[in-house]
Amino acid sequence: MRREAPQKLTDYAPLAFPAIMLTLFFVIPFGTMIAVSFFQRQQGGFYTPAFVLSNYERFASLFFANVLGFSLMLAVLVAICCVAIGVPFTYLLTRMSRRAQIVWMVALLSVLSLSEVIIGFAWSTLFSRTAGITNLLVALGLMEKAVALSPGFPAVLTAMVYQALPYTILVLYPALVRLDPTLTEAARTLGASPLRAFFTVVVPALRATILATLIMVFIFALGSYLLPQILGRPQHWTLSVLITDQAIYQSNMPFAAAMAVFLVLVTLAMVALTLFAGRKREAAA
Amino acid sequence: MTKFLNSPISRRAVLGGTAAAIGALSMPSILRAQDRSLKVGVYGGYFKDSFDANIFPDFTSATGIAVESIAEPTGEAWLVQLEQAAKAGVAPADVSMMSQVAMLKGQSTDLWAPIDTSKIRNYDDLLGQFVNKYPDGRVAGIGAVAWYITLVTNTDAYPEAPDSWAALWDPANADKLGLLALVSNSFLLEVTAKTYLGGTKALDTEEGLNKAFEKLAEVKPNVRLWYRDEAQFEQALKSGEIPMGQYYHDVTGLAAADGNPVRSTFPKEGGIQDSGCWALSRASGKVEEAHVFIDYMSQPEIQATLSRKVGTAPTLKRDLLDLTAEEFASVSSDIDPIIPRYDLYQTKSDWLNQKWTEMIVG
Repeated sequence: MRREAPQKLTDYAPLAFPAIMLTLFFVIPFGTMIAVSFFQRQQGGFYTPAFVLSNYERFASLFFANVLGFSLMLAVLVAICCVAIGVPFTYLLTRMSRRAQIVWMVALLSVLSLSEVIIGFAWSTLFSRTAGITNLLVALGLMEKAVALSPGFPAVLTAMVYQALPYTILVLYPALVRLDPTLTEAARTLGASPLRAFFTVVVPALRATILATLIMVFIFALGSYLLPQILGRPQHWTLSVLITDQAIYQSNMPFAAAMAVFLVLVTLAMVALTLFAGRKREAAA
Repeated sequence: MTKFLNSPISRRAVLGGTAAAIGALSMPSILRAQDRSLKVGVYGGYFKDSFDANIFPDFTSATGIAVESIAEPTGEAWLVQLEQAAKAGVAPADVSMMSQVAMLKGQSTDLWAPIDTSKIRNYDDLLGQFVNKYPDGRVAGIGAVAWYITLVTNTDAYPEAPDSWAALWDPANADKLGLLALVSNSFLLEVTAKTYLGGTKALDTEEGLNKAFEKLAEVKPNVRLWYRDEAQFEQALKSGEIPMGQYYHDVTGLAAADGNPVRSTFPKEGGIQDSGCWALSRASGKVEEAHVFIDYMSQPEIQATLSRKVGTAPTLKRDLLDLTAEEFASVSSDIDPIIPRYDLYQTKSDWLNQKWTEMIVG
């Protein structure tokens, strides 16, 4: 099929609908948020239109730098865990029979139907002292007595990886299915072990996909605010938790907006940096 | 989802199931065909359902004023709506149930029409904390509903009930407490001041506040969960996962009545008493009806009904009420309550919030 560049104005018509939707539901709300982030907060009241930088000034402190640093670290860690589990898993999945693949896919998709609240509460029960998995280990004689595994950082990380993993696999699946099986066959014929073939052939061939997946999971994890609250201690609260506090409980919209704008900017910068690094490596290779 | 989780009255849903549902089936929530009417804003969910079922129909038959109840969003969204509507000269509701902090914020713009206390027959019998006054003495609001946050424990883990808020500081309770996560809904600064600094007056100065924060920071090693979502703590308390903390007196009583191993104790320093006021928007044209309504709600019989059916603490002096000792104990206590310093959450909210967050996160 030959593709032609659009000739007339009407050729752009199919784009109109998504463009309008994007403007209406993304550009305008985001613009409003940026505007509000410069408004003047009225303590004990609401806010008045103005152009002040005080909201950003308040954010520029060691305290918020630490919270931001933790949020980014958590999101990066979730992304790495998801990809580390997701790539080998999806690779093995694509090697299975059609029927087994469907069963796995349905199971994974059903996880997507769970809300963050349900995931949080389910894991907090699993990690509890009174009803959690440590009771099973005690019954098996592996542990002395049941302990609570939550709240804590491992609990937050586990639940967030659990939540993001189905997305990871869904993004990786098409690329892995289309991966030419002759590539690994060639590697095997040349004497590579299955493990070695996976790491030296499959992973490099998927570099772009893996990078894209990392970025997607990173952004997905950065927005999480319920799981850190339910499963973490206050030091594990992400910036999103503090944004919610300001917006909903303190009615401090300008400050909440300033934090959100800053979070978006940092996220975009990190994504740009990752893409830039990836391109540079590719150019060098 | 967010709204459900963050709603300060979501706990009320726990109570909502039985009484309200039965009542709602038998009574229409909006009564029509009356000459006089009044729009009343009530916290959506449990409160609105209970008022629709147990209170408003009787009010209409007693006074001939039809009530159109309006579910208010929680938080300050309703205040914003009333405020903006009043500027345009309209009132989405004539009388509204408002939180104490919202009352103060509304006062700053003269949103509340002053209430003529001579038209409230039981005005002199109201407990002092249930009369909300402008700085110049005009009455801005009259107590509508009140509830207590008390010291709660799991009876399996604590065979003996603690008798003081000081139990929160006891090193023996390391990693055992569940406390509310926000400075403005846990009221723990007030608890600290009453327990260790001789009363909430100590919070008048920044020095006193700093002292309270310092003392409160000592509680941190004992806290397992700083909760925003009430269901999470209630579940953990029932199972004994988190055996001590602060929680709502009436809900804990209901959970205990259901056979759960929990109890609510009024510490000797007093339970934390939070409440909402009836306030009249200055844009309302129904001043007469509003006074009839507030007068009706402030009668001893109606306050007793509210305590029995809705689970709120009465706003009138106890000796006027025909509540039995048991009924009274299920919603209130004779111990002098800790009344939150709502003024601080209006004048110093950002400072308090920042200091609080740094304390619990740091």
